[in-house]
Amino acid sequence: MKAILECRELTKQYQQVKALDHLNLALEPGRIVGLLGPNGSGKTTLLKTIGGILTPTSGEIQVDGTPVGLETKKLVSYLPDWNYLSDWMRVRDVIGLFKDFYADFDDRKALEMLSRLEINSKDRLKSMSKGTKEKVQLVLVMSRRARLYLLDEPIGGVDPAARDYILTTIIGNYSENATIMISTHLIADVEQVLDDFVFIHKGQVILSSSVDRIREEQGKSVDALFREVFRC
Amino acid sequence: MEWSFTDDRPIYAQLVEQMQRRIVSGRFRPGEQLPSVREMAGAAAVNPNTMQKAMSELERSGLVFAQRTSGRFVTQDEALIRQTRDRLAEEQLRLFFQQMGELGYTLQEAQTLLRREMEEAES
Repeated sequence: MKAILECRELTKQYQQVKALDHLNLALEPGRIVGLLGPNGSGKTTLLKTIGGILTPTSGEIQVDGTPVGLETKKLVSYLPDWNYLSDWMRVRDVIGLFKDFYADFDDRKALEMLSRLEINSKDRLKSMSKGTKEKVQLVLVMSRRARLYLLDEPIGGVDPAARDYILTTIIGNYSENATIMISTHLIADVEQVLDDFVFIHKGQVILSSSVDRIREEQGKSVDALFREVFRC
Repeated sequence: MEWSFTDDRPIYAQLVEQMQRRIVSGRFRPGEQLPSVREMAGAAAVNPNTMQKAMSELERSGLVFAQRTSGRFVTQDEALIRQTRDRLAEEQLRLFFQQMGELGYTLQEAQTLLRREMEEAES
């Protein structure tokens, strides 16, 4: 099958540090993939380069066969791990913003998800807790009909009940020709929604497999494998 | 019956087993239509592809069948459902004796204990 994402010899050098070091990765459409690695392994840098937020030092990235650039931003829906929305805005302003920016944004879907989370579209972001803001951002990102979703720590700051809702939202909203890449430390929480996982370490892919294959062959969860591989 | 998963086995295999339990216990009746893969995946909080794989496995075993236009149904073959139920029960029994063995009981002793428990449950 044609890859939805392909990274070849991808390298990102910050001063003295190589955040990505000749990284190679290919993802098929229709998969939910966990991007897993210890702190500072290059997860966020990788997602930023795929999203076109950072320019790689060398190497290539293609999304659906097109090199990363203006065109691929239409295909990629990226959830950063920081809050980039202006505090003075109301939820409905942000929805308007996304509608203007992205042709594939479905505002009806966004409003429906927000109401299920009991978030009022008249509320200002300023008045919201950190967790609620994260929920708003995730709803916005998942309301696009993208081909590739990049979610950087989507469940880090929310409580376990909201975490379940967010994971169900992710499962319920992706289509068969889209792929979702989720970076997280909370492996046990996401493991059962993942098809595949990628372990990255020091800017390189060190293992890439499917969750059920690891369980079948090694009789252990990906969470347990992670603790073994990255034991301090 | 809540969906729950252990760490040591593939998730699709655990879904197959938990679906079998729902069918043999009558939670899903013979001939009943099953919810869509997406709905069931949502309810179990698992990946839809994994639920799909479990459904294919259940279809292969005959416990579930697909009708091209209208979805998936539980088999009406009640003999097959009984057989599946017997097999699950046998597994439970084997597990029981194995665990009693680990506690140091002989089969005979386990049987005695079992009988005593049964009498207490009856009275």
